[in-house]
Amino acid sequence: MYEHDVLVVGAGGAGLRAAIAAHEEGADVAMVTKLHPVRSHTGAAEGGINAALHPEDSWELHAYDTMKGSDYLGDAPAIDTFAQDAPEEVIQLEHWGMPFSREDDGKVSQRPFGGLSHPRTTYAGAETGHHLLHTMYEQVVKRGIEVYDEWYVLDLAVTDEDDPSERECHGVVAYDIQTGEIEGFKGRKGTILATGGPGQVFDHTTNAVANTGDGPAMAYRAGVPLEDMEMIQFHPTTLPSTGVLISEGVRGEGGILYNAEKERLMFEHGYANNDGELASRDVVSRAELTEINAGRGIEDEYVHLDMRHLGEERIIDRLENILHLAEDFEGVDGLDEPMPVKPGQHYAMGGIEVDENGESCISGLYAAGECACVSLHGANRLGGNALPELLVFGARAGTDAAGADIGAPEIETGYEAKSEDGDLDSPVELGAVGGTDVAADGGAVTGAASTVEAAVERARERVDSLMDGDGVNHAEVRADIQETMTENVNVFRNEDGLKQALRDIRGAREHYQDVSVHDPSRTYNTDLIQTIETRNIIDLAEAITAGALAREEFRGAHWRQEYQYRDDENWIKHTMLAWNDGDPELYYKPVILEGAEKTYEPKERSY
Amino acid sequence: MSTQTTDEDSEATGQSDSEAPASSPGERRRAEKRERQTEKARQAAETESDEETVLLKVFRYDPEVEGKREPRFDDFHVPFYKGMTVLDALIYARDTYDSSLTFRHSCRQAICGSDALFINGRQRLGCKTQLSDLDEPVRIEPLPHQDVVKDLVVDMEHFYDQMESVEPYFDPDELPSDDMAEQRQSRENREKIKMSTRCIWCGACMSSCNIAAGDNQYLGPAAINKAYRFAMDEREGDERKEKRMEIMEQEHGVWRCQTQFSCTEVCPKDIPLTEHIQELKREAVKSNLKFW
Repeated sequence: MYEHDVLVVGAGGAGLRAAIAAHEEGADVAMVTKLHPVRSHTGAAEGGINAALHPEDSWELHAYDTMKGSDYLGDAPAIDTFAQDAPEEVIQLEHWGMPFSREDDGKVSQRPFGGLSHPRTTYAGAETGHHLLHTMYEQVVKRGIEVYDEWYVLDLAVTDEDDPSERECHGVVAYDIQTGEIEGFKGRKGTILATGGPGQVFDHTTNAVANTGDGPAMAYRAGVPLEDMEMIQFHPTTLPSTGVLISEGVRGEGGILYNAEKERLMFEHGYANNDGELASRDVVSRAELTEINAGRGIEDEYVHLDMRHLGEERIIDRLENILHLAEDFEGVDGLDEPMPVKPGQHYAMGGIEVDENGESCISGLYAAGECACVSLHGANRLGGNALPELLVFGARAGTDAAGADIGAPEIETGYEAKSEDGDLDSPVELGAVGGTDVAADGGAVTGAASTVEAAVERARERVDSLMDGDGVNHAEVRADIQETMTENVNVFRNEDGLKQALRDIRGAREHYQDVSVHDPSRTYNTDLIQTIETRNIIDLAEAITAGALAREEFRGAHWRQEYQYRDDENWIKHTMLAWNDGDPELYYKPVILEGAEKTYEPKERSY
Repeated sequence: MSTQTTDEDSEATGQSDSEAPASSPGERRRAEKRERQTEKARQAAETESDEETVLLKVFRYDPEVEGKREPRFDDFHVPFYKGMTVLDALIYARDTYDSSLTFRHSCRQAICGSDALFINGRQRLGCKTQLSDLDEPVRIEPLPHQDVVKDLVVDMEHFYDQMESVEPYFDPDELPSDDMAEQRQSRENREKIKMSTRCIWCGACMSSCNIAAGDNQYLGPAAINKAYRFAMDEREGDERKEKRMEIMEQEHGVWRCQTQFSCTEVCPKDIPLTEHIQELKREAVKSNLKFW
């Protein structure tokens, strides 16, 4: 058994920032990550970090843009905190040596980004995430923070009171990938989940293969509700063959989208008459797919993103990485020809329900970054808002978990926050399949010497049973999930498709009962790791689809064929899904529109 | 076309010492399982015989599994499509034929640095290497000069130790007194360090370096490049730079480099590693002359 004050699960941007913050409060911190920190997917973020740095800009404007971008599904206390803290976080990064792109006077550059009323996006070329990740890892090395790299967290060690809000998290159980050893990790003060996005739920995604949503799935089964899971962002410019991201920075610098008839589609077909290519991501993604479905796509699959008119010098200076990506992964020279792009799954706005201090309803269990839902992004995240989110809320979670007082949160969590029961017209049962579900719930059994030891015992049994079985390869199950999600829970959604997806997911869940690990080795057994990840993918696919079926309106990234309008009267509320020990329960909680300075009034969202 | 041409013997007994004796139910199940896998692979091969395929010869080793304790090469015939990378082919082989085939990978876009491999005799990133650019059969091995953990996975600990030994963090002599004031950095200086900041810690350079192979304590191109990134950053100040140069000038530092350019040739991010090392040598001479 390993023991530390604060455990951080995942070592991307949010995890690193949380670890540094907890360390600064004097806590003994350890990071547990299934990769090495520098392999984390924060490194693939390209565009930038929004922060109101200019004297003419203000945090209030940043907050307003973010609330509008969220389509009024973000919570004002989260948004205000975020916009207020972002500038000092960016300056902090600069003081840690981040190689930001610079102006002639040596100050940090800021560029325009979609949905922003001011050029507010700081950046480091088109590889901002890479520099942010490495800069923060350097600070972790400097501080001597312990990192357990290539340790895969299998489960949380949580007490098993009936009401999740009375449970406590005592730590995690992790598997040393290199040796196959399973060990308990006790987090004396807190455990912070920073496991990133769930992109592998879909098959066309900008996310890494490692982005399997382990944190949300484990927290969900332990009793923490998942919030607004239907809100999935599809990025409008991904390469068609691989899903590799082409930064919004291309459009920020002046890149133009054309359809097959060489029309500048955003204007000529009236999708965003003011902001054009720089409309919010959901708007641009739908515009592209509408064009493609109307027969104006190229090869019926994609549209063109053209940056040639920016000139070689500017492209090399600010977007060089894009040239490499287009060349290496699509065989296209962006200086010479337009780049093919289409929408791809990019980001989950929803996730583990937490307050603005990062804490969930389970005492001692925190989450930050993409795996969490504060809720900052609501129904749609603005480009350049993910990186400051992981800085601001990573830091807050780390500070709070270490025991420092950062004030009482305004956002309520757990069942106490419930305002309304939900009613889901699902064609199949959701949740656990019978008594053989080895990962049925995250609550640890009573009667053992400690919660962590009990969780370790159960994890060992689970691994043994997966290793010993003789069943199907998890890859089949995973492929079935990815296929139905991409077919039915994509940019355009309707009731029949969503119900079909729920049936397919149920089928996959039953199929998973027969899954087993074929590699007999305890040394670096990726077959085992991926088999466990696939279970997490199933739980999250179901939560995303259930939320999408429940929300009978069109808001932000969530488009429904049957409901072509935003229904403020009935739907300014968060979709909550609680695992409920294997029998998922849908309910709602209110959105908080009352901010620090003012109450946000829902307005029409046009760009 | 078959997928795996490993001889049946090693396949049928492939299990670790610590497991149950050969007659146990577990062993029988595993043997049956392997038989079914072979059958499945044979069927897959039959249905795909009309398609264009690529032959991979992949290094296999597992210290725990009998039949894999002696390193060997397995053949995988993978259906080819335009744009397919070495990583795509490995994933296909693993998900379709043999789920125990083990390699690191994550981002699929040459930024996480997980999948540096020795492909047809050269260090490359699997995700960034098009099959169409390679001669067949495509020979895939773990990075040379590093301990193999299993199959294509090498032990990166030594590489990480070297990276961390050069004090790889920004450490300025002083910061602006105003907490909200940024340090200034000229565009020229940012440009100067730009290439050095692109390192993704893949280890290709270290693996290609003859000096590193012969001198385990040599810092190696990646770590020296990391030091360069800070030593040349005008925000840090002269005092810090001097300390950095001391690390560079140590016995196993920059002077070990014999400018063979192998690191520069294999770097997937096109970092001019050898030039950076040379520049640090010149800096070292300059600062030594100052005190002379």
